[in-house]
Formats: sequence, structure tokens, C-alpha cells
Amino acid sequence: MISQEYLLQTSPKVLIGRFPYLQTFFAGLTLKLDKLQEVSLQEIISNLEDEVAEDNSFEGVHFIKQLQEFIQQMQSFLGEESNVVDSLTILPGTDKSGNPEQFERLIFEKSTITSIVGPTGSGKSRLLADIEWVAQGDTPTGRTILINGEKPSADWRFASGKKLVAQLSQNMNFVMDLTVAEFIELHAESRMVNNIDQIVGKIIDAANDLAGEKFEPTTPITSLSGGQSRALMIADTAMLSSSPVVLIDEIENAGIDRKKALQLLIGEEKVVLMATHDPILALMAHQRIVIRNGGIHKVIKTSQEEKTMLKDLEVADQAIHQLRTRLRSGEVLYANIR
Amino acid sequence: MNLITVSGPPSSGKTAIILKTAETFKQRGIKLGAVKFDCLHTDDDLAYEKAGIPVKKGLSGSLCPDHYFVSNIEAVVDWGLKEGFDLLVSESAGLCNRCSPYIKEIKAVCVIDNLSGINTPKKIGPMLRMADIVVITKGDIVSQAEREVFASRVHAVNPVAIIMHINGLTGQGAYELGTLLFDESKHINTLKGSKLRFSMPSALCSYCLGETRIGETYQLGNVRKIKLEEKQND
Repeated sequence: MISQEYLLQTSPKVLIGRFPYLQTFFAGLTLKLDKLQEVSLQEIISNLEDEVAEDNSFEGVHFIKQLQEFIQQMQSFLGEESNVVDSLTILPGTDKSGNPEQFERLIFEKSTITSIVGPTGSGKSRLLADIEWVAQGDTPTGRTILINGEKPSADWRFASGKKLVAQLSQNMNFVMDLTVAEFIELHAESRMVNNIDQIVGKIIDAANDLAGEKFEPTTPITSLSGGQSRALMIADTAMLSSSPVVLIDEIENAGIDRKKALQLLIGEEKVVLMATHDPILALMAHQRIVIRNGGIHKVIKTSQEEKTMLKDLEVADQAIHQLRTRLRSGEVLYANIR
Repeated sequence: MNLITVSGPPSSGKTAIILKTAETFKQRGIKLGAVKFDCLHTDDDLAYEKAGIPVKKGLSGSLCPDHYFVSNIEAVVDWGLKEGFDLLVSESAGLCNRCSPYIKEIKAVCVIDNLSGINTPKKIGPMLRMADIVVITKGDIVSQAEREVFASRVHAVNPVAIIMHINGLTGQGAYELGTLLFDESKHINTLKGSKLRFSMPSALCSYCLGETRIGETYQLGNVRKIKLEEKQND
């Protein structure tokens, strides 16, 4: 760990030169250090007038401690290979009545899809919370979560920027007032990505590929249609989110190619969990888990018969999709839907 | 008894988070009491009562709510001890985003929401910078990208804090927060002699004393002027 003495004796300019990510840290201060770039932090702190310090809620000891912590975290974040998640394992706990869950170990591999079924209030939120918190027998269900088959480090719980689960749900919206390109850039910056322009282009292309109607990099995100927003969210989560697990809470049918969306996510080596009662989505999964009374009641592998059935369903879905397209373009429909 | 201070901008979800966490405390057999500090009006005490949590409310009225907080927290702690709580939660709204009612050695939680805008973390003073745990709410209605950007901005402002995403509606994450809040081995008997983590703002001008007239001649005491003329050097 970088020593506090070193930090005190060094100037912001030298520090940023050595740790470029400190730009975000210094930018987070309301205190302006523009003219003090080459002055050591020790001098800056001791020469600071009380009033200025108070106005900027700046306190020297606290500041150095936070700076030290920030560097420490960024170093482990950037240098770490242990962010790679190949699989997630759940060891059983109990349902709400205390009955043990009936499975030995439940494994979610990367690039696979698991669907989650069960009535509202049956315990989906609790399951997700267990995964997010990497439960170690210390949550109400008593479940244990392993990463890559091993007991995970506490970082998954506490380190910022290292969250296990990304979520996509129906009622999510974009709330920022930015264009699509600006928005993705902002996300890429927060992830410390190197070739920002390239990734922004890739995400917009992928999103346009998923959405029925195309949009431009200069389109404001708040004026995207429901389908376009969803497509952008999925492409962005697939390519830019730090979280290895993606939970999808039902993808609506309108305006987005759901099969391609799932392929994109598993192509980016995500573990995909999907709460859905839509037969096409549920059967696209490799396995599905049934939740009842707060516990995992059953684990079902998608059977060969179900996979065959999925093909028929997709044909029917495609037919409905075509009807929709024809309605949109002003055609009259006739009795024979084929 | 444990004491926790929870603060955050108005309507960020403080009460919802505390109530959801309180449910998990109930299951764990931890006796909880609450005190709500606000400025002009609050109905949150009713929400606590409905949840069966003993509550006191303090309205600062014409006084600075944070100054009011410091002058009363000691008495509130005495009340909590008398009632025999395991955990007392003090909830206060950060009304000007400047202050923090955080006390050294007392666990401090700041609640802010994803909808408040990505530049908000920088605008919030010690309330965010000095917190031990930052709870981010309303994540279910913004995109994953916005959640990540927001969390990284919070992290830049306060790298030391544990950042948690909690859903105030479903309570997802509340149990986990609860495990961080209650520490069985910790007991406070009094706050006498304890210190604030950061000084309260200086506000001592004629308007603090009830002046309503506008104009240079009525301004006395600690008055500061806005810089309106163009700067020469920048």
C-alpha cells in the first residue's frame, strides 16, 4: 500500500502522472487545485485557510486516508484477474418454513441461461439478494454462494465497482439528458475503458441490430422508444457492465429481437438469469429453477422435447411478428395468417 | 445500545430503507427505536408507529435542523437507553446538503437515490464524504449503466464507504444492510464528550436573527457576497 507520507510529500501533478485514474478522484473534490498542481499535498493542506476548507468540506487527515484507499482499490481493481467468473454455485438452504432445498449444488456456468419461474412473492428477490451479497450461510435462507467453485473473497460484497449482478428490468428508464453516444462514453469512462470510441461504436451497432427501428449516436436517450431503450440497455450491459451475472426481469416482446439479445449476453460470457413466464424465453434457457415458498423447489433441465417445441413456438412468434410489421406499414390482413 | 445516524436528501428513501431493515431486525429479535429529525413537517413518525417501532419526532421549525439535531441527540440517546432498545436509529434529512449530523465512533449511513443526477454526489458535502455506508436507492427504475456511473461517482467522492444498492420497495438488500448496522459488542451509554465528524456551517448573520428586510444596511454579522464581476486572470 502507498504510504501516507509519500502522498503528503507529493504534488497532485506527480500523483496523477503516476496514477492516471486519480483524475476522477480530484475531479470529485469541490476544492480547486488548479494552481496547486505542483505543490505537495502537505503544503496544500497546511496552507489551506480554515474557511476555504470548511466551505469545501475538506479535512486533511480524512482526505489523505480517502486518497490512499482510492489508490489501493483502483490498483486491485485494475490489476486483478480474479474478476473473471466462470461459474456460480449455490449450495442449498431452506425455504420460508425451514424445509431444506432439494438439490445438492446448483451451478450456473458462464454463457448459459437459467430461467427462474414462480409466482410473485415466491422468493425471487431473496434468491437474487443472496447472489448479490454472495451469501455465506448468513442470510435468512442459509444458502451459500461459491464463485468458480470456491469461497469468494469479501471484495465481492464490499468493493465498489465490483458488483456480481447487473439487472435489467421492465420498468427501467434512462433518466439522463444526454445523447446515446455521450451516455455510453460516460459509462465507459467510469469503467476506465481504454478505447472508448471503439466500444461506443460497437455498442450502438449491437443495439441497432437488436432494435426493430434504428437510432443514431446523436439521438437523445430519453427520446428512444421502449424497444430501442431496452436494446441499448442490453447491449451496454453485455459489453460494458463490470458484473459477470446478468439478471433479466422479463423482456417484453415488442420492438426487440429477444433471441439475439440473449445470444449477445451469452456471447459476452455472462451468466444469464432470467425471471420469465414467457414460454419462448423460458425454453431458450438451458435449465430453469422453480421457486416456491421462498425456496428453490425444483431444477429442470430443458428437455429435448421442449427444445423441439421451442422451434414451433418460434415459428408462431415469427408469424405474429410479421403481422405486426405489416400492420405498421399500413397493410390490410387476411384470414390466412400464413 | 447501538446508535446509528441515517441521513440523506429529502425523499431519497431513508424511512423506507430503515423500515425494511427494521423488519429483519424484528426477525432477529433486536429491539429497535427511532427518532426522526425534520424541519417543518413529517409524517414519517406515523410510518414507524404503524410498523410497531417506538418513535420520537423533532421538528426544528425556524432553527437550522442540523444544529437542532446536535443540541438534542444526547437527550434522545438517554431516552433510548431508558426504553431499553438494542438499537436506536436517528434519521435526519440533509436539507442544504452541506451538513452531516455524523458523530465520531457512531456508525453513519447516507442514503441517496439514483434519480438525483450523476453530479449530485459531488454537490453533497460531509453528509456523503464522511459516511461509513452509502445506500443507493431507486436502482430499479434506472438503467444498469446509470447505476454503475452513479456508484462510481459516489466512490470517487467517498472511497472508504461501503456502497450498497437497496430496493426500498421490495427490501432487496435490507437484510444485508442490517448485518452491517448492528454490532452486539458495541454499547454506548452517553454521547457526552463525543464529537461531530465535521463542523456545522457557520451561519450567524442578521437573517439568522429574524431580519426580513433586504438591503446592505440590514446585513450584519457573517455575510458573504456572490462574485459577479469577471475574473481578470482566469
